[in-house]
Amino acid sequence: MINFLPMIVSRSQTSNIMNFFVPIIAIILTLVTGSVIFLLLGFDPFYALYTFFISPISSSYGVSELLVKATPLALIAIGLAFCFKNNIYNIGAEGQLTMGAIFGGGIGILFHDTSAFWLLPVMIFAGALGGALWGLIPALLKTKFNTNEILTSLMLVYVALFILDFLVVGPWKDPNGFSFPKSRAFSESGRMPLLFEGLRVHFGLIITLFLIFISWFVFSKTMFGFQLKVSGFSPKAARYAGFNQTTLIFLAFGICGAFAGIAGLSEVSGPIGLLYRDISPNYGFTAIIVAFLGRLHPVGIIFASLIIALTYLGAEDAQLFLQIPSAVGFIFQGLVLFYLLGAELLINYKLTFKKTL
Amino acid sequence: MSIELIIGILQIILIATTPLVFAGIGELVTEKSGVLNLGVEGMMLVGAVTAFVTLVITGSYFLAFFISIFSGVVMSGLFAILVLFLMSNQIATGLALTIFGIGLSSMLGKEYIGTPIDGLSPWFFVIFSFVIVFIISYFFYKTKAGLILRAVGESHNSAHALGYSVVKIRFLSILFGGSMCALAGSYISICYAPMWQEGMTAGRGWIALALVVFATWKPERVLIGAYIFGGVTILQMNLQALGLRFPGQFFSMAPYLATIVVLVLISSNKLRIKLSAPASLTIPFYKGR
Repeated sequence: MINFLPMIVSRSQTSNIMNFFVPIIAIILTLVTGSVIFLLLGFDPFYALYTFFISPISSSYGVSELLVKATPLALIAIGLAFCFKNNIYNIGAEGQLTMGAIFGGGIGILFHDTSAFWLLPVMIFAGALGGALWGLIPALLKTKFNTNEILTSLMLVYVALFILDFLVVGPWKDPNGFSFPKSRAFSESGRMPLLFEGLRVHFGLIITLFLIFISWFVFSKTMFGFQLKVSGFSPKAARYAGFNQTTLIFLAFGICGAFAGIAGLSEVSGPIGLLYRDISPNYGFTAIIVAFLGRLHPVGIIFASLIIALTYLGAEDAQLFLQIPSAVGFIFQGLVLFYLLGAELLINYKLTFKKTL
Repeated sequence: MSIELIIGILQIILIATTPLVFAGIGELVTEKSGVLNLGVEGMMLVGAVTAFVTLVITGSYFLAFFISIFSGVVMSGLFAILVLFLMSNQIATGLALTIFGIGLSSMLGKEYIGTPIDGLSPWFFVIFSFVIVFIISYFFYKTKAGLILRAVGESHNSAHALGYSVVKIRFLSILFGGSMCALAGSYISICYAPMWQEGMTAGRGWIALALVVFATWKPERVLIGAYIFGGVTILQMNLQALGLRFPGQFFSMAPYLATIVVLVLISSNKLRIKLSAPASLTIPFYKGR
């Protein structure tokens, strides 16, 4: 009997071409699905897609907003790459971001009347420290007590959010803030310098690009990067080669936490300027999509962060001009990840139409 | 403390714990077949919103639960197609399901925030949650089908060699898990707190995942674990209400911290986890030719 259905056959080697094309396939499929959703909601799909993906970035202000949103996403995603490359599933970056904002922002509140140049560097360092410490908790629990890092890192997100909530309604509340749950504003020297007059894109972008470059160097040129990669591909080979898995887990979590912490600090000392409850629109979770869509590669992550940042902006515009709920942005983010994971099949397997007996 | 107060607290604990039991037992069945679905939170939210919206539109409780469970089947079916036929990474796919579910639920429920409904009495579901745990336990350890399901989770290659359809069994287990998660969600939005609010499951899906580890993949222990978490949650609420001179946020953290502590205690015995976790958990099944 001749079988006309495509058959999935295992590849002897993973396909590099597909590695490049899979994200593109996923994005195209997401756009197609998106048009169908818009059509079903009763909108002209081309106009809706234009409103969603083109009009938000057709001005210099729009491009700047895109970069403001992409900055934390890219920074957290490159940190997550340290974990995901080694099959460590840290999904608590949102909590590490929050802790970074608390530590760094705490310094900003403590020295709110200082105009010294050292304030911002100290805040950035404190942010990195806060994020790293929060990230090291699941690392410690995983290495010492064999506890699943997915669940512990996620639970710590809730704990961090409650701590932030406690601080901004309690001890760190702005004394002149009419009992709004927010802290006092940081001094001007505790704010990220703006890169262009009148636009919100800030120095955090430079920090992010610098750390992405460093990460690229670590991944491709150092022993540590090599060890991460080997442990990810084959834990047995890594054990045989004598790589210390405990050290790798601590480093990956520490680096990821520090990056997420810096991202959190650069949010509060960049566009926000003080501490309050909702400092992040789920950047820590969305960065997981960015990391996968960028295939854990520094350059890929830069592009992916821009695309996903666009779904945030597009969702805002769609709500404003088309009255589509902004949550549709999250749907696009979920869809792109679904398609990506499905299309990953093409990397390790190929479809053939050969007839079988 | 009066007897009435204690009985009242016990009743609230029963009512609050029931969704954890539903989601936990559903995920347990999925994991027993060798598949880890991290989409519990997303499926619960979609289940909660579809039930709520259906109830507001049609006024029928039966339809509300029916549509909600159907949404769980669709959501988990999507996950099943990806992990079973396209052999995608189960952890990443489950996360995608949760992110998608958060977005979908807040889009569907946008116009229904604050809409009042008449809540349904929870007691039928409270009893049903106990019944379903014992049915699942009986199914796993006293029936042939249960044995086959466990075999698929332990060693899919052996089960395949014996002529069992690994993909079909896993598909059904995933769908069962999805419908239980949706039931948990609809219980929350219709019985427990009759309203719709974005993200109203508040991490219960993740606690349900932790429950399965706590239970070392044994159905009855899901009940024990769920009642520990439910108890902690309600006790902290009551202590908060007593107005102790202690910030409420630290009480609100308690269930999440308790989850971490319990996970550490259970997992620190490496051998116990290794012996009780399904051996094929998260490993994709590729039939080859």
